Amino acid sequence: MVETTGRPIPDPKSSKHLHGTEEEEKNILGFWIFLSTDLVLFACLFATYLVLRTHTDGGPTTAQLFDIPMFTLETFILLTSSFTCGLAVREMRYNNLRRLLGWLAVTVLLGLIFVGIEASEFLSYSSEGATMQRSAFLSGFFTLVGTHGLHVSLGIVWMISVGIQLLRDRIHPTTARKLFNAGLYWHFLDVVWVMIYTVVYLMGVMK
Amino acid sequence: MLKSLISYLQNANLMIQISAVAIILTLVGIVFALTYFKKWGWLWREWITTVDHKKIGIMYLVCALLMFFRGGVDALLMRTQLAFPNLHFLNAQHYDEIFTTHGTIMILFMAMPFIFAMFNLVVPLQIGARDVAFPFLNAVSFWLFFFGAMLFNLSFVLGGSPDAGWVGYPPLSELPYSPGPGVNYYVLGIQISGIGSIATGINFIVTILKMRAPGMTLMRMPLFTWSVLASCIVIIFAFPALTVALALLGMDRIFGTHFFTMLHGGNPMMYINLFWVWGHPEVYIVILPAYGIFSEVVSTFCRKYIFGYKSMVVSLMMISIISYFVWVHHFFTMGAGPGVNSFFAVASMAVGIPTGVKVFNWLFTMFRGRIRITLPMLWTLAFIPCFAVGGATGIMLAVAPADYQFHNSYFLIAHFHQVLIGGVVYGLLAGMYFWWPKILGFKLNETLGKWAFWFFNLGFYVCFMPQYALGFMGMTRRVYTYPAESGWGTLNFVSTIGAFMMGIGFLFIVAQILYSIRHGERDTTGDPWDGRTLEWSLPSPVPHYNFAQIPVVDDMDAWWKMKQQQKEGIQPQKEPLKPIHMPSPSSLPFFMGLAFFICGFGLVFNQFTIATIGLIGVVICMLWRSLEKDTGYYISVEEIKKNEAAVRGL
Amino acid sequence: MKKTGISSRLKKLLLCSPLLFLLTGCSDKYILLNPAGPVAQTEHRLILLSAILVAIVVIPVIVLLVFIVIRYRERPGNQAPYQPNWTDSKILEVIWWGIPILIVAILGFATVRDTFALTRPPSEQKPITIQVVSLDWKWLFLYPDSNIATVNYCEIPTGVPVQFVLTADAPMNSFWVPQLGGQEYTMPGMEMRLWLQADREGVFEGRGANFTGKGFAHMNFQVVAKPQSEFASWVKKVKGSAPSLTQEKYDLLAKPSVVNKQSYSSYPPALYQNTVNKNGGIYWHHPMPMNEPHQMPMEN
Repeated sequence: MVETTGRPIPDPKSSKHLHGTEEEEKNILGFWIFLSTDLVLFACLFATYLVLRTHTDGGPTTAQLFDIPMFTLETFILLTSSFTCGLAVREMRYNNLRRLLGWLAVTVLLGLIFVGIEASEFLSYSSEGATMQRSAFLSGFFTLVGTHGLHVSLGIVWMISVGIQLLRDRIHPTTARKLFNAGLYWHFLDVVWVMIYTVVYLMGVMK
Repeated sequence: MLKSLISYLQNANLMIQISAVAIILTLVGIVFALTYFKKWGWLWREWITTVDHKKIGIMYLVCALLMFFRGGVDALLMRTQLAFPNLHFLNAQHYDEIFTTHGTIMILFMAMPFIFAMFNLVVPLQIGARDVAFPFLNAVSFWLFFFGAMLFNLSFVLGGSPDAGWVGYPPLSELPYSPGPGVNYYVLGIQISGIGSIATGINFIVTILKMRAPGMTLMRMPLFTWSVLASCIVIIFAFPALTVALALLGMDRIFGTHFFTMLHGGNPMMYINLFWVWGHPEVYIVILPAYGIFSEVVSTFCRKYIFGYKSMVVSLMMISIISYFVWVHHFFTMGAGPGVNSFFAVASMAVGIPTGVKVFNWLFTMFRGRIRITLPMLWTLAFIPCFAVGGATGIMLAVAPADYQFHNSYFLIAHFHQVLIGGVVYGLLAGMYFWWPKILGFKLNETLGKWAFWFFNLGFYVCFMPQYALGFMGMTRRVYTYPAESGWGTLNFVSTIGAFMMGIGFLFIVAQILYSIRHGERDTTGDPWDGRTLEWSLPSPVPHYNFAQIPVVDDMDAWWKMKQQQKEGIQPQKEPLKPIHMPSPSSLPFFMGLAFFICGFGLVFNQFTIATIGLIGVVICMLWRSLEKDTGYYISVEEIKKNEAAVRGL
Repeated sequence: MKKTGISSRLKKLLLCSPLLFLLTGCSDKYILLNPAGPVAQTEHRLILLSAILVAIVVIPVIVLLVFIVIRYRERPGNQAPYQPNWTDSKILEVIWWGIPILIVAILGFATVRDTFALTRPPSEQKPITIQVVSLDWKWLFLYPDSNIATVNYCEIPTGVPVQFVLTADAPMNSFWVPQLGGQEYTMPGMEMRLWLQADREGVFEGRGANFTGKGFAHMNFQVVAKPQSEFASWVKKVKGSAPSLTQEKYDLLAKPSVVNKQSYSSYPPALYQNTVNKNGGIYWHHPMPMNEPHQMPMEN
């Protein structure tokens, strides 16, 4: 599902810039490097969470808090959105703007549902008194999962912006690269979520 | 008598007020001057909205020198306080604030912008590129640094500077022990500029990997560019750890979480680990470019190819990799087991191996060369013994059981000042003198520069050698005063004299720059030092498009080779002139920085409305950028021809 | 300028040499070089070894630099060889990769050996244990064997290994008695151990080495070492004459302040463990064993 070819191959006729492809290549390499810094950031948050996960200060523990159907549903939605995002990039290669935008819209919608579920999860925890101020474990949990949620929200805004540009400018090297990078970002967030699913939720309910 | 005079001036509150008034007056003066000379438009068009790497580099340099001044004044205040036992020139609170700001400013707001100045001023020119990979992002990086530094320095004007040390260890830096906005300034100021640093790291890696002139393979790349690549690799993997450490500390302070608190399950040790996972690589981030500068300077001023180029490259890369495996040596004394301590001790010593190799390679570059003692070379020659001793004491500190004795003592203080001043500052000054004529078109005055050199360099030894001895006497760092019985008085006094000598040295540099702006020797050749790398093939100052034609490279030290070929009558091959594509200037980076500043300012004072406004501003700027069509502009062939004829005096 | 360039480098050499002199010196002021027990002695030996080993590289570098700068300076009529294209020498490269590797290997070996050795009691005698709590800005010493407590000073018998078990009920500090041995941090919620031993009688200055705020500069204490019999009578004296440290008094003591030396005949038995636990000690699943090195603090 994750693109490995490095850069999209848009319709050469729509490429109007002399510096077109070189420019896009630089952008994509830069974005890969950015993702690796983001990965280090998440690694630090994971390490912090792992150190603090048992530090509940007499408050709720992982097993008491997490609800299996809820986080499984979240996982399912996010994985599906990653798939539809891949389909959107695939349509771009066939230069099919309408279907591209269609899949992009589905991706954004699924992303919104995911964020919505996560927000309601956070709210329900908070209403039970499990706020991030309650214990070090909850601080770590809300921050790790919340940072991912914020990334997803930002990704949604970005995809909407890319969608607008695609409508405005059609598919050409710049918009193609932007969609490609946004897709890369989205898949990356999926990978991070899989780790959260395993390390936070599954390990949390198993104990 | 001196003592009574200092006691007389002991009201530090008054001094701080005077400084605050002085800062405000200076700002008013600048605003007035800009208005009076109708320079606002010029400032906006030529500097604030610029995306030109050379101008951004100059702005970094100016900021770095200003921050050097601020950090240096902090240092002199501390040294004055410590000159005699039981002095009350500063009280404990002021002293704590001053050593905190001194450390933070010197590392993050002096050394970092100074190396970024060098990155920006030199790398694109050295690799035959017209700009960095992402000129817009480059401007964003600068303005994030600028506004981060502003936010941090604002604490000085508004009062309540951070006072928990430049490392900001919790629980001391947590609310119960450091109430008020002080530590918030530290957290947010660094955080904002840190985002800019990560972006700079990404930018230069892509620039170096993707934008080299045709024929410049990696193993033909100038060593400074190699050192920048090594440094940027460290930046992108180290800075996110700092981002996390500061974000979590900030959340503890602002939102009441419990990451590093004493109660409710917090674990302060986690901060210390995260901080040093960044903190140790950080010193390599600043020292590696200095190594690169020394390599260029030695090779140029000995008229000789660098000795052992491959070893130099390998050792750069080794250092950047090993730098991730040494962080625990900052806390051997925090209860890690002997296995862990042993591993990190040996890894820390191992850094000495590639570093030693570099020193020998520099020496043998000079060996059988012709050494011209110019200002850049003078600083390089001073660097070698200074760094050799500093590195040696570093190895001594890496011996874990010995570190149990040295940790937190003045021995440690002397060590890291010796490597950071003798290595980083000497390197950056050498680089500044070296590339100054290239960027600004005139040389800096040699005589004033030599005065500066001797004051600063001798002052350094007078200041820091006694501190090693004080370490052996058991003097701990961060004490604002000490009793007379301790016997530390004499050496502290000597150290203070040295510090003031360094201060005088710095003033000479300032005088040198101001004098040379008017009277400095103009560089009409573009190659004042008989240089070796591509930047010297350009006129000084460099035209905004850098290269009219991108050169084709077929060896190391490309410009040296071209000059030799030209002597033999071989003209370098050149492609015909083509229109040059340039990025458009943009005010967005400035506003993005401003929005971050507003957001940070709101968070410092727990004013969430202001913070939200700032945050919305950031998002709007990002969306704006995403949606705007920035295709840049072209410089026509005629214009290039006209300009080249003018600058090359044809 | 020409002459001063060289002579200043010599000056630097002269300025550096006091450092080397210090390492072998024995002036009373240089307390790190005046060890009073086996732990400090081990560390002192390593400091000397490391200084000698690094000198093997540093001195030749400086000598070589002086020689090269004099000989290869660009001046009219300099007859020294000039080889601008000489850039490589396998033999030289092997030498300067090899020597540092050798030095690191020797020093690394000694380091690892002593790092492990220092986690064990320094002698065979039956050890005594003193619990140390660093507070803002004072040191509290608890003697679990005799249930007495002192503030800003402690007494120990000579020739006996002392196990200091360290924690903090305030921002982390560092417990350092230079003449007896290197420091170890006092950290809230954690228990760290430091073995020290005094081989001779004396009053040894100790200090908090890690910054903890405004009163930090005054966080000094004294370790008084005296023969076993005198130590025992001191304990008896404190037991008999000093007031007792109640929980209320402790809470008062824990507030930020600078205080003088104090002695207490008793303290609440759970005081130390409660202090550790309340600051996060409950999350340490493995209580610290007597003679084994304990875990890395990141682990849980």
